[in-house]
Amino acid sequence: MSGPSFHYIRATGLEDAVAAGNKPGAIYLAGGTDLLQLWKAGLVAPQEVIDISRLPLTDIFRDGDTLVVGALARLSDVSAHCEVKTHHPLIRDAILASASSQVRNLATVGGNLLQQTRCPYFRDKAFACNKRNPGTGCGARDGENRHAAIFGGSEGCVATHASDLAVALAALDAEIVIRSAAGERLMALQQLYQLPSATTAPNCSLAAGDMLTAIRMRNAQRFAQRSTYLKIRDRASFEFAVVSVAAALWIEDGVIAEARLAAGGVAPLPWRLSRSEAALVGRAPTGQTLLAAAELAIEGASPLEKNVFKIPLLRNAVIRALQTIGGHA
Amino acid sequence: MTNDPTRPRDANEPGANHRIALSLTINGARHDLEVAPTATLLDVIRDGLGLAGTKKGCDMGGCGACTVLVAGRRIAACLALAASFNDAVVTTIEGVGTPECLHPLQAAFIRHDALQCGYCTPGQILSGIALLSESPQSIEEIREGMSGNLCRCGAYANIVAAIAEVAGL
Repeated sequence: MSGPSFHYIRATGLEDAVAAGNKPGAIYLAGGTDLLQLWKAGLVAPQEVIDISRLPLTDIFRDGDTLVVGALARLSDVSAHCEVKTHHPLIRDAILASASSQVRNLATVGGNLLQQTRCPYFRDKAFACNKRNPGTGCGARDGENRHAAIFGGSEGCVATHASDLAVALAALDAEIVIRSAAGERLMALQQLYQLPSATTAPNCSLAAGDMLTAIRMRNAQRFAQRSTYLKIRDRASFEFAVVSVAAALWIEDGVIAEARLAAGGVAPLPWRLSRSEAALVGRAPTGQTLLAAAELAIEGASPLEKNVFKIPLLRNAVIRALQTIGGHA
Repeated sequence: MTNDPTRPRDANEPGANHRIALSLTINGARHDLEVAPTATLLDVIRDGLGLAGTKKGCDMGGCGACTVLVAGRRIAACLALAASFNDAVVTTIEGVGTPECLHPLQAAFIRHDALQCGYCTPGQILSGIALLSESPQSIEEIREGMSGNLCRCGAYANIVAAIAEVAGL
């Protein structure tokens, strides 16, 4: 199995890489675990593959109150890093719930956040897909849509975002660093992702010549004692989420001072559950409080024919995640 | 070296006539190669160097039959673009044990009858060796740690038992 040929260019420095990535037909190669699958399936046909895997963007370190993770750090290195294990266990849990060891040893943080959807209509070029070919329609909407989004979808696309790590990072208010010819800019992770329109569904908001170089999490270690990543899937391991929940609480004197909730497998992007968060803050983590937050998590859901089950599944996943970290008060 | 014998190449495709210099150390022996830009590490190991112990299963990173170690870490060689692995130190099943002196995990696989057709076994052994280096503490950790290797004969129970024995569990 293989796609069309391409030129291979090994980037020697960040500036070279950014310039090379700005050319039409160029695509970055980091770990390659998504790119090679897309290329083998004929879903991408780059003219030039710019290998950025050896650029010095692999460091993981604490900068004051901020954890910085280089975009080219391998997932296995991030999950095993002492700073992550000790102070950001939500990130570790989300990574260890992702893929297999063989994939995590190759895959990078940046590639994980920018990975393409696993929607089967996107992954098979025999089917209509606005994400792959804008304007061609969406096969999933009236097709096999058990896996599809219940929030944020459009007439044009109901694909979900596949990354577990992105859900954990969204809950922790992560920021990302983008490098381009114009310099460096910082933006919220949530701004990396866009909701689909009626005919298009861009994978991310980056433009040609933009390179994701690092992830930054400010003051997230306060959640270290109370955070969890709950992933519900069709088999116990090495499977994408049907529904997942990243949850983190900061409890002071028996009262929830801060709550973070984001869901995966339910939307085109990591789906932050802000109304549920607001309903938790200022209250003791009683069963009633958790249930009320979970009911808010499913408000406004628009399911399709075969994914109605995701609504109670999400509600129950929110309850269980909150019970895990909030206690059964 | 050709890349994919199943697909005729169009000489007009970008990079179709290019070759990338690649130096690999495989099972202790150094190889200086010229590879197609599109070749995977699996293609190079199997078709280029004739080391057929590493298997091609799904070719999409899902089955683990192509598992090799790079610097001691297990990877799916089918998802590894070879050109990106210049100077890599690779271990394939041919570099593990000898008929006279099996690796302890190979011996345990035989004792526990941890295979039937054998196609997934090289990948299982290399993945298991990498897992053992991470010191699994429970049967559950072995099961989770081996989830990247499928066995369609269903020898999972015996595979886990073989790894558990070597792990001292």
